[in-house]
Amino acid sequence: MSDESIRSGRVQKAPENFLSRTCIKEVFAESKKGRRDFIRNAFAAAAGVAAPVAMAQSNPVPSEGGDSNILNLPEHATGLGQGVATEGYGKPSKFEANLQRRQSPGLTQTTQSSVSFAPLQSLFGIVTPSGLHFERHHQGWWDIDPSKHRFMVNGMVKKNMVFTVDEIMRLPSVSRFHFIECGANTAVEWGNVAVPTVQYTHGMLSCSEFTGVPLITLLELAGADLKNGKFVLAEGGEGSSMTRTIPMSLITSGEVIVAYGQNGEMLRPENGYPLRLVVPGVQGVSWIKYLRRVEVGDKPYGSKDEAIHYMDLQPGGQHRQYSNLQEVKSVVTTPSGGQVLLDKGFYNITGLAWSGKGKIKRVDVSADGGRNWRQARLETPVMSKALSRFNLDWVWDGKPAILQSRAQDEAGHVQPTYQQLRAVRGTRSIYHNNAIQSWLVQENGEVKNVQVS
Amino acid sequence: MSRFRNAMMGLALLTLASLGAAQDGKYPGVGRAATPKEVAKWDIDVRPDFKGLPAGLGSVAKGQEVWESKCAQCHGVFGESNEVFSPLIGGTTAKDIQTGRVANLSRSDYPGRTTLMKVPTVSTLWDYINRAMPWTNPKTLSTEEVYAVTAFMLNLADIVPENYVLSDKNMAEVQARMPNRNGMSTQHAMWPGKEFGVVSKPDTANKICMQDCRPEPKVASLLPDFARNAHGNLAEQTRIVGPQRGADTSRPETKAGTAPSAVTAAAATVSKPENNEAKAVVASLGKYNCTACHGMDKKIVGPGFTEIAKKHAGKVDYLAGKIKAGGGGVWGQIPMPAQVLPEADARKIAEWISKGASK
Repeated sequence: MSDESIRSGRVQKAPENFLSRTCIKEVFAESKKGRRDFIRNAFAAAAGVAAPVAMAQSNPVPSEGGDSNILNLPEHATGLGQGVATEGYGKPSKFEANLQRRQSPGLTQTTQSSVSFAPLQSLFGIVTPSGLHFERHHQGWWDIDPSKHRFMVNGMVKKNMVFTVDEIMRLPSVSRFHFIECGANTAVEWGNVAVPTVQYTHGMLSCSEFTGVPLITLLELAGADLKNGKFVLAEGGEGSSMTRTIPMSLITSGEVIVAYGQNGEMLRPENGYPLRLVVPGVQGVSWIKYLRRVEVGDKPYGSKDEAIHYMDLQPGGQHRQYSNLQEVKSVVTTPSGGQVLLDKGFYNITGLAWSGKGKIKRVDVSADGGRNWRQARLETPVMSKALSRFNLDWVWDGKPAILQSRAQDEAGHVQPTYQQLRAVRGTRSIYHNNAIQSWLVQENGEVKNVQVS
Repeated sequence: MSRFRNAMMGLALLTLASLGAAQDGKYPGVGRAATPKEVAKWDIDVRPDFKGLPAGLGSVAKGQEVWESKCAQCHGVFGESNEVFSPLIGGTTAKDIQTGRVANLSRSDYPGRTTLMKVPTVSTLWDYINRAMPWTNPKTLSTEEVYAVTAFMLNLADIVPENYVLSDKNMAEVQARMPNRNGMSTQHAMWPGKEFGVVSKPDTANKICMQDCRPEPKVASLLPDFARNAHGNLAEQTRIVGPQRGADTSRPETKAGTAPSAVTAAAATVSKPENNEAKAVVASLGKYNCTACHGMDKKIVGPGFTEIAKKHAGKVDYLAGKIKAGGGGVWGQIPMPAQVLPEADARKIAEWISKGASK
C-alpha cells in the first residue's frame, strides 16, 4: 500500500483489503487482548471503591458505571494512524511540550552570554535528552560546517599538527557516560532560597554518552612533552574563543576526550558541534565547545574564566583560583519544588547523585529534614563521573515533610549540609555549592524550595 | 632452507618498514604538520608571564577613542555600566595598588565585584580584549587598539596615569601595580590533578548518620509569596502526566492545592500553533546582531521588540527606516547606529514588529 493509493481520490476500499492476512490476524488478536484489558481495568476500578475517598481522587470511579475513557473508544482505537517517516527526525509527543530548557528571569541581560536550565523535574534515568541539555554560551552559539573545522595541537610538542574532523573520526574512539555540571550550578542559593524549582536550582547539569578520541592520543601523535608540559590550554573556535587550563595528569589518565558524539548522534550545535572537550568530573566551563586548538605548556594560562570569573571568593576576601572539581552532590528531582502531589499515599522519591571524584557509593534520603535517614536504591549502571539515579519508596501521610538526599562518593566524601559548607566557604563563593537540598511538602500537596536551620 | 631464509629476510624488511611508519606516529595518514602561518593565526593566547604577547604599544588617549566608538555602548563611558554586563571599573583604591589585595572584597556589605577588583593578571585583560571583543565583532581590533583599550581601562582604575603608553616593554611594570595581584590562592582541593601541589583534604567532613541525627528542623528560608510567579507559571513547566503536576503559580496558593487548574493550564500550552514566519524573522534578529541590544520583551540597551511593537503598531515604513538609518532620543540616551542589512530583511523585521513581534 503506497501513499499514492490513498491520495488518489478514489473511493477507498474497506480497511481489511489494505491489510495482509497476517496483519488481519494481528488486529483480531489485539482486539481480543484489548477486551481482556478492558475487563481487568473494570476490576481495578471496582477495587478502588474500597479505598479511602482521598486516595481515589486521582482515579475516581464514575457514577455512570465506568470511566468514559474506557467506555467510549477514542479515535486512535477506531481509526487509521499515521505512516512511517511522517517525521524524518522524530519529536517528543505534543503532550510533552512543557519540558523545555528555560532561562532564569533576570539572571543575565543578553541571551548570547547566558544559561538555560535543563528540566530535571521531569527527566528519568541518567541520560539527558540532547535537545534538553543545559546551555551555557559566552558569546552565542553557532552551527559550524564540520568540513571546514580544524583542530590544532601546538606548544611543547615535537611537531605542531593540524587535524580535520574526518581525521579525528578515523582514530580509535571511546564512548563514555559523563555528567557535565556548570561550576555555578545552585549559585543563587548560597545565601538563601532564590528560585522555585529543581530546574533553576540544579538544572545546569546534564549527562550524556560522549564518543570521541582520548586527547592523549592526539598529544602523543604530536610528540607532546608530557613530563614538563604540566598544563594544557584548550581553546574554542567561536567568538569568545573560550580558553581554559586543563591539568596534564587528567589527560595522561586517558579520561579527557576530544568528543564529536553525544547520545548516539553528533554533538548538538548548542553543545559544541562538531568538536568539544570532555573533561570528566570538572566544571562545564572547561569542556571547551567548538574546540579548535590545544596548547601544551609548563604554566597555567590565567584566562578570563580563570582570573575574572569561575574563581571562588572566600570569607577573607581571597579568591580560590583554578577551582575546577565538581564535588559529591545529589538532589531529589521528584517530588521537588513547584510540584503538587495529587494525593496522599504511595510515592517514589527519585533523584540524581554525582561526583567529580568517581562513582557514587550510596545515597540516603530523609523525609523529616535530616533527622532520620533511609538508604535509597541506586539504579544501575553506576559509572564513574556520571549521574546515578536513586529511588526510594515513600508513603505520604498528608502531613508536612521535608525531603533531602545525601550522597557519598567512592572517595568517601559525604555531601555537606549548608551549615557545614558555609562554615568554610561563606556565602559569596558563587561557584561550587554542593550542599544538601531541602524540599518542603506542604499539607496541600504543594512542594516548596526551602532551607532549614 | 634458502626459501626460509628469504622469508626471514622479507619479515625483517617488513619490520623495518613498519618501524619507519612508527616514527611517523602510530596512526599513519592521520594529521599533518601545521604551517608557521597557521600557528601564528590561531596561537593568540597571552599567559600571565606574557608569553605570547605581541610587540606593540597603545596610549590611554587612543584607548579612549576606541572605547567611545566600540566599547561604551555596552560597558558605559567609564566602564561603570551594569546594564548589559557586570561593571568593569570601580571599587579599587590607591592602597589596594600598594598591597595587591582589594580590601572591598573582604566586605560583605560592598555591592558588586568589578572586573578590576577581581583580576590578578593584566595579561588576562589583554588576552580577552584581543580574542573576544568587541562583543559583536570579536578579533577585529588591531594590536595597537588592544594595547590602547587596556591602557584606557587601567587609567580609569588609576593604575596608570593619563599620559601612559602601554607596551610589551612595560606590561610587567603594570602587573606590579594590579590591585588584586595577591588576591589568589591555589591552596585548595578543587584542582583535579597534582600540578599545584599539596591540599587533598576536602573542605567539609559530613558523616553518615541514620537516626536522630539532629534536632527538629525549622524552615529558615523560602520564597516570599510575591515571588510565586516570578519564574512563570510552574504548571506549564512540568509534565502533564505522572505522580505530580506543576503548581499553578498564576493564582495565589490555595489550601486545597492547585492541581486541577494546573492540568488545564498545561493542556492549553499544548495547542499553541507554530509560527514559522515569526521564527524566520527571529532567526534573522540573531544574524544581524539586533539581539545584542534588544531583548524580545525587555530593554537591554535599546527597547524590547514587543515594547516597540506597542508604541509603533502598524508603522512598517517608519520602522524599516529606523532599522536602516538608526536613531536616538525616542527610547533613551544611547543612540542606535545605522544597520547594514538587505532592504528586504529590514522590511520583514519591520513588518513583524508592526504586527506585534510575536514568537
